[in-house]
Amino acid sequence: MTTALSRRDFLKVSSALGGGMVLQFSFPLTAAAAQSAPSTEVNAWVVIHPDDRVVIRIARSEMGQGSYTALAQLVAEELDCDWAKVSAEFASPNEHFRRNRVWGSMSTGGSQGIRSSQDYLRKAGATARDMLVAAAASQWKVSGDQCSAANGVIVHAPTGRKLRYGQVAAAAAKLTPPTDVKLRDPAQWKIAGKAVHRFDIPDKVRGKPVYAIDVKLPDMLHASIAQCPVFGGKVKDVDASAALTMRGVRKVVREADFVAVVADNWWRANQALKKVKIEWDTAGNEKLDNETIAAMLRAGLADASLPQARKMGDAPAALATATKVVEAEYQSPYLNHATMEPQTCTAWLKPEGFLEVWTSTQNGEASMSAAAEVSGLPLEKIEVHKMMLGGGFGRRGAPQDFVRQGVAIAKAMPGVPIKLLWSREEDMQHGFYRPASIVKIKAGLDAQGKLTAMHTTIACPSIVKSLLPSGPANGIDGPAVRSFSDMPYTVANQQVDYAMRNGHVPVGFWRAPGQQNAYYRESFIDELATAAGKDPVEFRLAMLAPNDKNRRVLEAVARAANWSSPAPAGTHRGVAVADGFGSYTALIAEIAVTPDGDVKVKRVFIAIDSGYVVNPDTCRAQAESNVVYGLGSILYQENNVKNGRIVESNFHDFKLPHIDEIPQVETVLVPSGGFWGGHGEPAILGLAPAVCNAIFAATGKRVRTLPLKNHDLRGT
Amino acid sequence: MITLNVNGRARTVDVEPEMPLLWVLRGELDLPGAKYGCGVGLCGACTVHVNGEPVRSCSMAVSEAVGKKIVTIEGLSEKGLSRVQKAWIEHEVPQCGYCQTGMIMAATALLARNPHPSDADIDGAMTNLCRCGTYLRVRKAIHAAAEATAAPAVKKA
Repeated sequence: MTTALSRRDFLKVSSALGGGMVLQFSFPLTAAAAQSAPSTEVNAWVVIHPDDRVVIRIARSEMGQGSYTALAQLVAEELDCDWAKVSAEFASPNEHFRRNRVWGSMSTGGSQGIRSSQDYLRKAGATARDMLVAAAASQWKVSGDQCSAANGVIVHAPTGRKLRYGQVAAAAAKLTPPTDVKLRDPAQWKIAGKAVHRFDIPDKVRGKPVYAIDVKLPDMLHASIAQCPVFGGKVKDVDASAALTMRGVRKVVREADFVAVVADNWWRANQALKKVKIEWDTAGNEKLDNETIAAMLRAGLADASLPQARKMGDAPAALATATKVVEAEYQSPYLNHATMEPQTCTAWLKPEGFLEVWTSTQNGEASMSAAAEVSGLPLEKIEVHKMMLGGGFGRRGAPQDFVRQGVAIAKAMPGVPIKLLWSREEDMQHGFYRPASIVKIKAGLDAQGKLTAMHTTIACPSIVKSLLPSGPANGIDGPAVRSFSDMPYTVANQQVDYAMRNGHVPVGFWRAPGQQNAYYRESFIDELATAAGKDPVEFRLAMLAPNDKNRRVLEAVARAANWSSPAPAGTHRGVAVADGFGSYTALIAEIAVTPDGDVKVKRVFIAIDSGYVVNPDTCRAQAESNVVYGLGSILYQENNVKNGRIVESNFHDFKLPHIDEIPQVETVLVPSGGFWGGHGEPAILGLAPAVCNAIFAATGKRVRTLPLKNHDLRGT
Repeated sequence: MITLNVNGRARTVDVEPEMPLLWVLRGELDLPGAKYGCGVGLCGACTVHVNGEPVRSCSMAVSEAVGKKIVTIEGLSEKGLSRVQKAWIEHEVPQCGYCQTGMIMAATALLARNPHPSDADIDGAMTNLCRCGTYLRVRKAIHAAAEATAAPAVKKA
């Protein structure tokens, strides 16, 4: 089967045809943009050129996590081609639909990229390799058993004859794919498991237009949007007369829940938007604020008939007979993802009834569905061009609000490509926030200081409910109860109650959804260690089964940080253990508290067991990323609600850490094999508790709410 | 009409004098390397050089840039990659990469006036924000670029 031009070929063709007819694409193209070419699709994942260049199709999105390269490493490993000749391209969502979802899931979240596709990707590589070998054997009229392939070359051992992949790819593609391919033992990996350079970095440092915000199309217009500042509100009245007289303004689009100004330059659109008088119907939500939300959550905690996310033994009875009972309440605010690239979507409703969309999406299929819903077009009439994401962190997956809006705006001006870009203020105030939550924990220790019972009550909005009107099964939202419902500690009596209290603030998957619970649990375990008079590491180890992988990472991080020796002068340490997203992690934070009460996180040690490691450098980069992303939420970040809306509006009141606040990060990769875990999120889980436990070690003060800017740690 | 000197070329644009330089570069001159991040000079994703100084182009009116030499990331790499860009690739600095052109412009300006910056110098100069958290590698790459910058100077001598 002949296919797809690779991106480079397409660029060559584009420039050969010159301007006018062909768009000046210079961003990653999807396979559907391709036309006939001398390259061969050996299977959906593997395209081979006559000169042996290999193009590997990538179904997941690239938002900086590196799987655009790591997924290709897995395919190339089994294909056994020359890595220097490998490049990647995004699989086309439109082609995906037309080919019966041949590339599997396009969803990019939950640290799933590698772990949920490694099996079929490795098989795709191995299948292609076997077909190439069979094609060569057929050409030589010898048995395939006498042939082997390595580094893109097939060798017939008895005669020493050789054929390159590029020479047999066309013949290989005509063969029936084998169904019984053997996958390589990861111990034998040559391409996977290595810190190869990421494909996407050179273009990024050159400033090439790879992001959705960079899309440029002929006669394209630009849109800036205003949504009702109070969540749930609708447009009541619009006076756009002043805006319509402003330079460059072409149209003011009014929809049920937003107003957008379309102009010939985004700045002009945004300036004009400020002159549009919009009256909103806020439907009573303007009365909601931090206090009403906290009251809603507390009412949930007081509910006597909550569903249970875990029940082992009899926690209330064991608590009644415990020698010592420890109780605490923890709380977290809403948090915005704050991707550096604000939400953006370019949509072009073409005269022939085809819709093209360019966007930063964590799920190309979800973008296509959203575009179909708003445009009314069937999926085969829609293409979504997946651009490099200027950050994702969960914001650009399930909610496709920006695609819906972009398509609605394009519908108002058929035939004209329009790029919608949100202002930072709009982005800060219209997120899908990490849910605010309040958790009450009560635990019992026996006379020896052993934890015998733990009863946790969690009040937290449900992300699942926000996506599925029917809500989660049994009323239990997975992310809302994690870390407690699956706590690894061997405690005989456990009960976890869940109060789903949703409120009006939209919630979503924020990097490591449910991570607040890891902060609560691991801080509280530290409180128990203190109450029991035990060392925090020893206290945890005593509650971890001998074969528990959490145990191994805890031991590894304790060794790396030299836990058994005192912390460096002037610093204090805290520890946390947390598994999640398929991996096991343990962290130790080394901090100092200044006389002014400022917390300086000096060093963070992370041990992580993900089973296998496909690109160790990318895994380390993700650990570093998790530390910085988590640090912002520990030090500064919160989204407060007042008069029904988010208070914060930009990076002055939703601060990101600067370079001088970043700790050293010592990552210890301890892959133990036999399972596949993720790297995008797990390392963030233990950061907040490790830092707060270190603060307790330094000051004796227990931090039960974040961020730290709201705490006075002076005089310690 | 406003004439600007961008990446060594005279470019004429028909825009309001108060339009921020960023939106002239991105919207009128097809130079999208500088990014919009906050619009108020806080994040630095829009950093370009104006007369060699790193400037937040979202917060500079285009009229203020007239008669000055403007260099964007596209101009930095016209003759192949700069040492800073090479160091960025070598150390795999970018993650999502959105803030990185601004980071590279800020780092380039820093190294031009201070060929061997200390960690404290880097802390002072690199006020750009990165949501992915590439700061550790930004620091490493600046030190590496400083060493690379030093090498030819020794050769010349």
